[in-house]
Amino acid sequence: MLEIQELKKSFDQPGGGRLNILDVATLRLDAGEQAVLIGQSGGGKTTLLHLIAGLLTPDSGSIRIAGTEITRLSESGRDRFRAATTGYVFQTFNLLAGFTALENVRLGMSFAAGRHDIGRAESLLERVGLADRAHYRPSQLSVGQQQRVAIARSLASRPKLLLADEPTANVDPASGKAVIELIRESCREDDVALLLVTHSMELAAQFDRVERLEQINRVFGQLPDAAAAPAG
Amino acid sequence: MSLLQIAWRNFRYRSVSSILTTLSLALGVALVVLVLAVYGIITDAFRGNSSVSYNLVIGPKGDPLQLTLNSVYYLSQPIQNLPFTDYMEFHSAEERAEMVRRYGGSESLGQVDGKYARYVGGGLAIPLALGDYIDQYRVVGTTTDFFDKLLHGPEVDQPFTFRQGRNFEAHNAENGYFEAVLGSRVASTLNLGVGDEFFPTHGDPDGKGHRDAFQIVGVLAPTGTPSDRAAFVNLEGFYLMENHAKPVDQYPDDMVQGSAPMGIDPDGNEIRPLTIPEREVTSILVRTGGLWGAQLMNLINEGKDAQAAAPVGVIHKLLTEIVGPLRTALIIVTVITCVVAAMSILVGIYNSMNDRRRDIAVMRALGARRDAVTSIILLESLLIAIIGSIAGWVLAHAAILIASPMIESYTGVWPGFFRVSQFEFLVLPLVLLLATLAGLLPATIAYRTDVSRNLAA
Repeated sequence: MLEIQELKKSFDQPGGGRLNILDVATLRLDAGEQAVLIGQSGGGKTTLLHLIAGLLTPDSGSIRIAGTEITRLSESGRDRFRAATTGYVFQTFNLLAGFTALENVRLGMSFAAGRHDIGRAESLLERVGLADRAHYRPSQLSVGQQQRVAIARSLASRPKLLLADEPTANVDPASGKAVIELIRESCREDDVALLLVTHSMELAAQFDRVERLEQINRVFGQLPDAAAAPAG
Repeated sequence: MSLLQIAWRNFRYRSVSSILTTLSLALGVALVVLVLAVYGIITDAFRGNSSVSYNLVIGPKGDPLQLTLNSVYYLSQPIQNLPFTDYMEFHSAEERAEMVRRYGGSESLGQVDGKYARYVGGGLAIPLALGDYIDQYRVVGTTTDFFDKLLHGPEVDQPFTFRQGRNFEAHNAENGYFEAVLGSRVASTLNLGVGDEFFPTHGDPDGKGHRDAFQIVGVLAPTGTPSDRAAFVNLEGFYLMENHAKPVDQYPDDMVQGSAPMGIDPDGNEIRPLTIPEREVTSILVRTGGLWGAQLMNLINEGKDAQAAAPVGVIHKLLTEIVGPLRTALIIVTVITCVVAAMSILVGIYNSMNDRRRDIAVMRALGARRDAVTSIILLESLLIAIIGSIAGWVLAHAAILIASPMIESYTGVWPGFFRVSQFEFLVLPLVLLLATLAGLLPATIAYRTDVSRNLAA
């Protein structure tokens, strides 16, 4: 499903020069497989997810998803591919404040080709236990409920790969566990591969496969101060 | 969700800002539509109504525009009169002799053709006597020919028809000389109809009332012409009203007494038509026979007492020389106002762009292409433009409806709510174009939004 080869990413530094963030030799994820990537803050986790989602382009290397080499796609090609293939759960939920829960979920399928299925949006909300909150705005939902809406949204376009970026960072531990169970269960039901990044060992312990960013990112040990990285 | 639905949701989410921006635009559009509509409606009406089934208006020397406004549009201040004998100049010896026989006058008048009679053969000459009012509407003294022979409509091919009753008669046993026909607007505004009577006032709408009442025997069907807002009375009755007879110091030596039917006034006194020396006309509507119009106009204008004006030419000159530059000024004001209105959209959306960057980044992360988020911003700009334009149009036409009585009193045109000027159709495309341009800057910001950075923010 996901295959990364010799992936490198660096950013311009304010004072000149470039700061290497990622140098991943290889990372694979099979269809329907669930893996957690653990690493400390500033270690390049979010950058890696943005690269996989096609929101950033690498300096070099290969990212192949479901047989498509996304680094060779144009920007609009990557947008289309992301809309159809990749779901994304954000650390800060990123629900649109002006839209209801149902509309936020519908937004998840608005940019993908194919039929806009309101029924699926409603069933996803039902699956995450928020059928009765479909017409609530994010501000009218609890933090945990907001994250559940975000999960429903990430699955709306029937993705093959779900990327989750610290999905429990802003919820309490009890809700966090429920959120993780919901994500994993939903991915299992829809046969969606899951790559979840976190800095929480406790959360990582729930997964069979745990990858440590320090081990796969060859840059990591060279950083003078890992926290200085611009993203993730 | 479609891009339009997303744009609409954005519009509603920022409702206060959106409504204020839309209101600002609506006020700008209302101002433009108000000015253009009033201008357009009035010029259209003037141009349209200058096509009449006569080609010349004859009146006393003076301003041809005032003569035309008085005689064709029933507007402007009243003008002086012509002797009735000037009207007789458009008639043959037989017709003139009949007038002398009926009304009384110099016998010699009936012995020769009028000097303009040969130009009118096959055409018509209809006298008008103006100067009285019913409420704010003009009273027009004329003959039965006005409704029997004149035509109206865009192609000047429609005869006058009566919504109620009939044409007035020169004289009958029931009402004598005092019969009247009302234009449709006069009848509806004053709530008058067949069987009612009215007393014209003299000189101006607030002037002294005559003691002679006219019996309303007909109400015209609406024509969309100035005839809708005039009350037409039998010329003979008009003459018989108090102070309408021209004082005569000395009658001609060969004076012949008239034989027209007599009547009895409310005081029991005998009444009979005025004699020719006592009669005056304000103007004469003339349709020349053949292509004599220009020649007859020159001939009359070379004389020292009367003038002839061609309504089409006068109105064309008015619209070209006076109203034309005004139109240019209005168009400039329109464009500036629309630009200012569009700027309000730019400011409204631009100021909200900081709040939107995260939303844009989220939509991009969900697979929205750059052109999709750009389109959403442009659609929001267009939504404001469309809603603002519609609201502005309604606002302007509501104002026009409220101001219709005042507009009518000055111009003779009743605009109402739904009467639309052709110029108004330029406003919406102009506003949409400017709104699109105004939306381009924030749309460009949306296009350039750094997704990764704004998601991490």
